[in-house]
Amino acid sequence: MSEIGVGHYLTLSAILFTIGAIGVLTRKNAIIVFMAIEIMLNAANLAFVTFAMSIGDLGGLVMVLFVIAVAAAEAAVGLAIIVAMYRHRETVNVEAFTAMRG
Amino acid sequence: MTGVAIAFWVLAAVAVLCSLLVITSRNPVASVLYLVVTFFCLAGLFVTLHSHFLAAVQVIVYAGAIMVLFLFVVMLLNLGTPQWFDVATTPLKAVALMLGIGFVGALAAAGVGDFEPSATGPAAGVDPDVLGSTEAIATALYSAYYLPFLVTALLLLVAMVGAVVLARRER
Repeated sequence: MSEIGVGHYLTLSAILFTIGAIGVLTRKNAIIVFMAIEIMLNAANLAFVTFAMSIGDLGGLVMVLFVIAVAAAEAAVGLAIIVAMYRHRETVNVEAFTAMRG
Repeated sequence: MTGVAIAFWVLAAVAVLCSLLVITSRNPVASVLYLVVTFFCLAGLFVTLHSHFLAAVQVIVYAGAIMVLFLFVVMLLNLGTPQWFDVATTPLKAVALMLGIGFVGALAAAGVGDFEPSATGPAAGVDPDVLGSTEAIATALYSAYYLPFLVTALLLLVAMVGAVVLARRER
């Protein structure tokens, strides 16, 4: 209990990822869905750092930098899409955006 | 308990609590602020893993830049009040909760909690403080990973142009 190992970090990562996934599934406010995706990305980052440090491979740490860069790009484009959609429909309810539903 | 263990349990508890508040809070502004706390906790967890550079990047890029972007959009669209539509129907909530519990349960059954990988990487046995240092990450980034690094620069440029084009008012 007092010794913190790899398993503790991985379990925390799994819990955070699950919280993010539940957020994506249950919320309808597009911005909060985006925040839940950020939680999932951060959970993955935590797993990357844990593995990189425990097996001794810098690749995991570099990958976290790339994940952060991709998350920044994704947030910028995603929020721009939300702004454009809001201008179009006056709402950020993800269920109102049905233009591409098959 | 050692200092690292205390830090881990406190940061883990706050991170889980705040991320739960992010997805349950009715007010988007409160969600953004709880998310900032979650990111700070993850930065602290990176420090307990001896990855000081990534902890700094986490605070500067995530808690600094990305969250300001989120807060800016929430304020810009005037979404600071709870939205009437923002509640999932109960069956969907139950399904999501069951999927979540099933996922964590499956991982627990697979023995993630007791997992101890063998240190077989190229830098196995290196002092973790050296492994997570700015110098080590910079050396890897500008030698073995220089091509992905350049592609990342291109990605950020494309994302910036895309964001400007998307958010611009049509004339």
